[in-house]
Amino acid sequence: MTHDVIIIGGGPAGLAAAIYAGRAKLDGFVLEKMSPGGQVLITDRVENYPGFPEGLTGFELVEKFSAHAQKFGMKIENGEVASIEPVGDLLNISLTDQRTITTRSIIVATGATHRKLGVKGEDEFIGRGVSYCATCDGPFFRDQVVAVVGGGDSAVQEAIFLTRFAKKVYLIHRRDELRAIKVLADRAKENDKIEFVWDSVVEEIEGDDQVRSLKILNRKTGETSTLKVDGVFIFIGIVPVTDFVKGLVETDEMGFIKTDQWMRTSVKGVYAAGDCRQKPLLQIVTAVAEGATAAYAVEHDLA
Amino acid sequence: MSSDKIIQVTDADFDETVLKSELPVLVDFWAAWCGPCRAIAPVIDQLAEEYDGKVKIAKMNVDENPATPGRFGIRAIPTLILFKDGNVVEQITGAVGKTVIENALSKVI
Repeated sequence: MTHDVIIIGGGPAGLAAAIYAGRAKLDGFVLEKMSPGGQVLITDRVENYPGFPEGLTGFELVEKFSAHAQKFGMKIENGEVASIEPVGDLLNISLTDQRTITTRSIIVATGATHRKLGVKGEDEFIGRGVSYCATCDGPFFRDQVVAVVGGGDSAVQEAIFLTRFAKKVYLIHRRDELRAIKVLADRAKENDKIEFVWDSVVEEIEGDDQVRSLKILNRKTGETSTLKVDGVFIFIGIVPVTDFVKGLVETDEMGFIKTDQWMRTSVKGVYAAGDCRQKPLLQIVTAVAEGATAAYAVEHDLA
Repeated sequence: MSSDKIIQVTDADFDETVLKSELPVLVDFWAAWCGPCRAIAPVIDQLAEEYDGKVKIAKMNVDENPATPGRFGIRAIPTLILFKDGNVVEQITGAVGKTVIENALSKVI
């Protein structure tokens, strides 16, 4: 059977696309390799999504999105996409469990994942002091000393979150001022447990069976020093999850998918929305807007 | 909904249930506060059904059972550890897709 649209990814972009596709009575479903949510699930608190002035957890928001999508008839199915192949006017999706799905259109809403530092010790100590999720792993560092690497919104928000558990949080940033929005930056500067390590980069993560210290290079002075820590949380940006469409749709050099303002990619019938797409602002509110636009474009283009 | 094939293990019965098990055991170390743990839960449920009789699939709540995670140096969740004959065969940290876990399971069956 041939579907109207398959939405790949069950984060905010995919679930918003599902709401709009469901209400447009398009036939199809959401494919998610885990359970719905995506990066939102690792967020401690969402404070900037309209309609929730008190803020809410990532969990709570995703549950609302997911229930909302299913209310209008879009099912969320479990499956991981291996590849997409255009066949005439149709598209074949191959899943890693050997299933094949035929559809007239696809909305790629696979989002992004954390970027790695790429230094010695990083892979070796994942789960033993190296973390990319403060809400998951923060409680393992009660009364210990941790470092956060990065200077954007995520890094600063997670550093503040970690002060609930850790006795000290170093915030290591390559520049001498934060890139994070002012409300977060001010909150971090007012927090006694946070100590800034400016103009610095991590050169190596050291330890035995656990992380014990970081080798830090000060980019201004050229000096190297050792910082004793029990853990290091890395928030230096994201990489798009677009390997499975590499060579099919046009992307930028980082792998973010290029689209027009209807969210159409370079391949007919393939659309992209959310953090996997090349755009200036990576937020839940932009992801849902793009999901809605992509579903509307599908409806428009199929008519 | 959680599969009834999943075994809940605790600090008290870990040695008996996991280390002395005749079948290989995959233990999912998780906590309620952890988003990615929730994200992989449906995959763990599916594996419990599909590998029934071949691999025991178990879960340990690290909040209620601090000793065992400490024994294995766990400082991140979700962590999946695959045990066979009391030894660690493979340790996977972070939320991963089903195929990654199945590749690990294929080493013991």
